[in-house]
Amino acid sequence: MTNEALQQTILSWFPDAEVPQPQFSEEGSQYLNVSIEANQLHELMQLLKNNPETHFDYLFCLTGVDYGKELGVVYHLESTMHRHILVVKVQTSDRENPIFESVQDLWATANYHEREVFDFFGIKFSNHPNLKRLFLSEDWEGYPLRKDYVDESNMVVK
Amino acid sequence: METATLEPTITKKGFKSEEYFINMGPQHPATHGVLRLLLTIDGEVIKKVEPDLGYIHRSIEKMCESNSYQQIVHLTDRLDYLSSHINNEAVCLCVENALELEVPERVKVIRTILGELTRIASHTLWWGVLGMDVGALTSYFYGFRDREMINDIFEETCGARLTMNYNIPGGLMEDIHPNFVKRVKEFIPHFRSKLPEYDRLLTGNIIFQKRTKGVGVLTKEDAINFGASGPVARASGHSCDVRKYHPYSALDKVNFTEILDTAGDSFARYRVRIAEMWESLDIIEQLIDNIPDGDHKVATNAVIKLPKGDFYQKVETARGEFGVYIISTGTKNPYRVKFRSPGLSNLSLLNHIAVGGKIGDLVATMATIDIVVPDIDR
Amino acid sequence: MNSISNIIDWFINTGVLNMAMIALIYLTVFAVLGLFLVLLERKVAAWFQLRIGPNRVGYLGLFQTIADALKLVSKELTGTVKADKFLYNLAPYFVIVTSLMALAVFPFTKDLQAFDINIGIFFLIAISSIGVIGILLGGWSSNNKFALIGAMRSGVQTVSYELSVGLSLLTMVILTGSLQLSEIIEVQKSGWLIVQGHIPAIIAFMIYMISGTAETNRAPFDMVEAESELGAGYHTEYSGMKFAYFFLAEFINMFIIAAIATTIFFGGWLSPFGITDSLPWMGLLWFLAKTFVLVFLMMWFRWTFPRLRVDQLLTLEWKYLLPINLVNLVLMAVIVWLNLTIQI
Repeated sequence: MTNEALQQTILSWFPDAEVPQPQFSEEGSQYLNVSIEANQLHELMQLLKNNPETHFDYLFCLTGVDYGKELGVVYHLESTMHRHILVVKVQTSDRENPIFESVQDLWATANYHEREVFDFFGIKFSNHPNLKRLFLSEDWEGYPLRKDYVDESNMVVK
Repeated sequence: METATLEPTITKKGFKSEEYFINMGPQHPATHGVLRLLLTIDGEVIKKVEPDLGYIHRSIEKMCESNSYQQIVHLTDRLDYLSSHINNEAVCLCVENALELEVPERVKVIRTILGELTRIASHTLWWGVLGMDVGALTSYFYGFRDREMINDIFEETCGARLTMNYNIPGGLMEDIHPNFVKRVKEFIPHFRSKLPEYDRLLTGNIIFQKRTKGVGVLTKEDAINFGASGPVARASGHSCDVRKYHPYSALDKVNFTEILDTAGDSFARYRVRIAEMWESLDIIEQLIDNIPDGDHKVATNAVIKLPKGDFYQKVETARGEFGVYIISTGTKNPYRVKFRSPGLSNLSLLNHIAVGGKIGDLVATMATIDIVVPDIDR
Repeated sequence: MNSISNIIDWFINTGVLNMAMIALIYLTVFAVLGLFLVLLERKVAAWFQLRIGPNRVGYLGLFQTIADALKLVSKELTGTVKADKFLYNLAPYFVIVTSLMALAVFPFTKDLQAFDINIGIFFLIAISSIGVIGILLGGWSSNNKFALIGAMRSGVQTVSYELSVGLSLLTMVILTGSLQLSEIIEVQKSGWLIVQGHIPAIIAFMIYMISGTAETNRAPFDMVEAESELGAGYHTEYSGMKFAYFFLAEFINMFIIAAIATTIFFGGWLSPFGITDSLPWMGLLWFLAKTFVLVFLMMWFRWTFPRLRVDQLLTLEWKYLLPINLVNLVLMAVIVWLNLTIQI
């Protein structure tokens, strides 16, 4: 499926003009990017995975990003059947208690990757069965991959 | 770790059978580095496997944020150190794509040859270690014997045996050594004559087959769902070779078949890797006589600044799909770098396929999943 | 004064002093033999594995294991705090003493036999199964889960394979009609038992070698100390000399298994076709030569085969070796009854 067709298909799932629409962008990226509101994330993901036309069954990368003001998660999806790729981005400006809905019920691989994001960015994932730190020890303070993380003894800032 | 209390389970005969915890690792011969597995066991039968990671986490992704793009390349050696050349290549390709830089054909061909040599080197080491894990120590030395030849080739050309650092954005650091072509050509027939030896020592052995057939079975659906890649996924029939679907460097110019198996057990994973070594030899053979003349790099600015945007590059390492995701804001440092490691996804399915087996099965399964812990911990 | 001389007389008359002397000689000789078996194993392993093996200490590395033993003697004995101290310390002696005891009954040549009892084979089978108690104790008392799993595996394994060892030797006893080892050698003057008993004897030999390898806990049956699964198995928590006892016992046991096979199947110290009958001391060389060929066979197993899984190990014994063994026993009885043995 081409990027235009993907865009049309996804837009057709959100006919209601009242709710915020997914935003599309291909600028500065080789894939089609979709930005979505946090509360629509799981719904969109479910459709992306289960709709036979899109059939995104392979979540190959799940990245946490600190955009400065906002915290976000980037999902790279691929369909093993149609071989098209889509990037889904979600953001929240709540830095104290950022929560997204977990997608580990759709893709089992998200289980560990969401734990990694939680570990380094402090982004929580609701409905995650085992959300605890993956790499760092349980008593680690702060979230190291955030831009405002300070650790004077371990970090060399150039 | 937390200490969970477990209810004693009553077996059929009415005896009380109690599950217990056992700590496999972080220093254990079968965990290939510093991986710690918390096993819940009933007798010999595994009830639950929970990896505890992070023993060698070096926060490479954070380090990347304060380094230039040339420097990042060197950090990727330290991820999956057995595929270090391919990791370097991934970052270079990602940067080159972002800069819309076209590297010479010569560079592409050399990168592909070195990539396939790396794959063979990694698989020979895996083969040796697999034998050791199932109790046949001799295979270890056979694997290392052949890997040594590849390492010598690397040493001569790249100056290093393990962490090559040969790729730079824009090409290769130096041109290949004059002996390179000759030595690779010597290696191909040598290794073709040695691979049947591998089969005689392990593949055909009845004990080895009993140990691996039907052990750690992974279905195709689960392979996709758990994000498995590389030989692990291909042994379950999941066609996922990045070299086929998103060819990079000179891989679009060579003929090779993607090795698939349908059994999904440890033996299938074994066979896929053995067959991949044959395929890699074919790829090298197609390219080694046709290295085009030309420069070994194109000039780049001393300070590389990527345009604003997101860039993703996936390559096929010996372990599976390795991805580099760079978010750039247009400065000389990346804003965020994410390495998608094949190991973490492949490890995440261990609990799924090892439960119900014996301790010996877990070891065989882990050996055929072929994890490299620094790749997982990053 | 009188009482002291009485005691000395008693010692001399009953031969306790002689026994002690012989025991001391045996102990020294076989401790050294064990060390050189370790060296042999390492050399054989190196040969199989495209390596050179130890070659630094002494000529061709001949003193390597002596140096290793000295190192082990001088090492600190560590142990776990919560170990059952008494059993933990007792276990290595169980293992080493039983394997040294078994050596007493072997006829190395016609006159070189410390202890010729009329139940020789029975004694050997009985003694060789006591060693497992040491392993069980060691694993249990270490208070280490890996050691415990190793010890339990050992128990299961030895109890199972004991049957096959016993039955395959019993098959041969039908042929000899005696359990006394010197008697068995006498019988073989008219042909080694593996020739006399032809088909069932060869089957018995193969079963014996498989289960004998399992008895010594060597690869491919080294479940007990499967290093890739259990770290080091039952001796995980042992160090220094206590570990060395376990290690030495394993190698002496290997020698014992090979020596039993030599005595029962290959005519012990008898030379082939009696070519050196005029030189009685050559018997010792023949005995050792045959034994070391079998030892080499066991090393060959170890450096070629992967390890079995614990359930496969039991399947092999109970579903294959034991039934074959029982049928073989009957077959041998029939052959002896119909006088179909081959006598030279």
